[in-house]
Amino acid sequence: MTGLLAGLDGGKLLRHVLGAVLITFLMTSLIVGLELVATQTGLSLRPRYHIVLYCVVVVALGSAAVFALVERSWRLPMLVGVVLAALLLVPLLTGNLDSDLAFLLPFPVAPLNWLALFLPAFILMRAGQLAYASARPPAAAARRRELSRTGKLISMGLGLLLILAAFAFPVSPWGSRQLVDILTIVLIYIMLGWGLNIVVGLAGLLDLGYVAFYAVGAYSYALLSEYFGWSFWVCLPLAGLFAASFGIVLGFPVLRLRGDYLAIVTLGFGEIIRVVLINWYEFTGGPDGIGGIPRPSFFGLPFQANAPKGGGETFASFFGLSFDPYHRIAFLYYVILVLALFTNWFTIRIRKLPIGRAWEALREDEIACRALGLNPTNVKLAAFGIGAMFAGFAGSFFAARQGFISPESFVFIESAVILSIVVLGGLGSQLGIVFSAAILIGLPEFFRELEDYRMLAFGLVMVLIMIWKPTGLVSHRDPTIRLHPRGDGR
Amino acid sequence: MLVIEGIHAFYGRIEALKGVSLEVKQGEIVTLIGANGAGKSTLLMTICGQPRGQGGRIVLEGTDITAMSTHQIMRRGIAQSPEGRRVFPRMTVYENLQMGAINVDPAHFEGDIQRCFELFPILERRRGQRAGTLSGGEQQMLAIARAMMARPRLLLLDEPSLGLAPLIVRQIFSVIRELNQQGVTVLLVEQNAFHALKLAHRAYVLVNGQITMTGTGRQLLADPEVRRAYLEGGH
Repeated sequence: MTGLLAGLDGGKLLRHVLGAVLITFLMTSLIVGLELVATQTGLSLRPRYHIVLYCVVVVALGSAAVFALVERSWRLPMLVGVVLAALLLVPLLTGNLDSDLAFLLPFPVAPLNWLALFLPAFILMRAGQLAYASARPPAAAARRRELSRTGKLISMGLGLLLILAAFAFPVSPWGSRQLVDILTIVLIYIMLGWGLNIVVGLAGLLDLGYVAFYAVGAYSYALLSEYFGWSFWVCLPLAGLFAASFGIVLGFPVLRLRGDYLAIVTLGFGEIIRVVLINWYEFTGGPDGIGGIPRPSFFGLPFQANAPKGGGETFASFFGLSFDPYHRIAFLYYVILVLALFTNWFTIRIRKLPIGRAWEALREDEIACRALGLNPTNVKLAAFGIGAMFAGFAGSFFAARQGFISPESFVFIESAVILSIVVLGGLGSQLGIVFSAAILIGLPEFFRELEDYRMLAFGLVMVLIMIWKPTGLVSHRDPTIRLHPRGDGR
Repeated sequence: MLVIEGIHAFYGRIEALKGVSLEVKQGEIVTLIGANGAGKSTLLMTICGQPRGQGGRIVLEGTDITAMSTHQIMRRGIAQSPEGRRVFPRMTVYENLQMGAINVDPAHFEGDIQRCFELFPILERRRGQRAGTLSGGEQQMLAIARAMMARPRLLLLDEPSLGLAPLIVRQIFSVIRELNQQGVTVLLVEQNAFHALKLAHRAYVLVNGQITMTGTGRQLLADPEVRRAYLEGGH
């Protein structure tokens, strides 16, 4: 045991693991640890201890392994990886998938189970790699360079893998209607997270009313299609444009404020939009909302069972397929996937342009920026407007997917959730937002029955994150350019 | 090049500058010395429009800039290395320099950055490093280099020697002289009166928001009152 922990600070390790366990315990107890059961006397909550226990054990082992990895020790992670892999692989190999794995892999869907298998494998891989590196110790600088290069490769590979998997998912055997639908929702929030990340993560402006721009986008499509009959593809850029102009109109008076004041005013603006939507009955339909919003078509081919009146073809008849509602769901999924990836690509690009650098500089030191001849108001307005534009895109997609929108969908909670996604993922981290959106949106979708407790869990998690990991789950900011590998030029 | 006439500046109700007049001619190094709280930094900030000067006029190359906003002023061939350096700590040296050139035609960028690296070779070696991890002296060099990336004709330097080792101070002052010889006009605010006066063509002494004395650097160095107030016990 002492050999295993050689070179590690035991107290620090303990604190690290205990912290992780506590968070996991609270999170899993609230999100997945309770189950609503119908009994003879009515509904009652039943705890699911085994799932909580399982999560706690996995996280405890995993966090100890990660801690050891960070501290440059490889024995513990290796052992943990082997144990976990053995635990998970034995039932897999013996073929008792359903009965034995039911406890070890409690997730209700296959992809999550595969993820649970993948993580220990990943740890194992890292451990092996580190073991290899320490077996033949190279010069310190060279070793550091090698590690950072593999780290970069891994994160790049992971991103690419995720994108490929996302594209392949609907046509893969796991692509059920329900799952694709849930992933569509997750993708909407990933896109919103990426959009808000431009405002909060890059420019450092705390926006608590982001949902207002989402609402503007959704209502602009709904109203344009209702009053003028314009199609989704025409309205999509318009919705972005409207949302961006709302962002700029709001931003103009507001961006002179800083920090808390800005947050309060944006919060107020979010509510104002909602209240206007509720009360302007003649125009927006008020609390009744707007229904019958047309779905997007595939280059003019609608997803319907029967050809539209007046002739023309449907998607199914054009491609000689039999009609299946799954086509439409998969199509919507691809639309939001492309929109979200566009958002990501745009953010990555703009970070390397002068305006993106100006945002980061502004977040660091506004006075210095002013001394360099930057007009802070314009720079902030650009961030606000661009962030709002992506919310507008996402909003119009949301309206098209739902077919019905009402002010109910644009309450403050939504802003809070989107902000949580950004903060939890690590401000400014693109990949982190994907993970936190999957956790915060995906998991609760699977456990809908516990909706009432969700905000409680969010609040707790936010507080704990602020205490233990104030920079988020995946906190990493690469310089926008790297001229030579780390370790050189010393 | 820069003419200030009877300018007043206020922080709330406190009058920090009480009718300051000062002139910087083309090609000069002008030094402004004074004790803590005399208003030296305030004067530099007032030139940049924050706080806004009142009562008098600030004229830069024939244009009245008193009423302009900061970002407009800073685009008229003037750059500042602010007090406390204020580099962007989480951005790399290279990114900091890119920020300095944000309002400059990108065609100049490569040449300008090479010139900065010639002045401060250490910055070239540190170009991929985050500015927050640099030493104090390196940060000061970066702050000056960043200001130079804006291609200023007039460079405002606020206490570039603050908190630095004597060797580094000497290095920085020699770079200032070199920049001046390349044609940059310099207005230097300093507490390190000895070095600053030796470097200056002309100098002003600021006390409680008012100019009390002016002359060539040599004259002020020799002046008994200046010696007593700013140099005795010093270097």
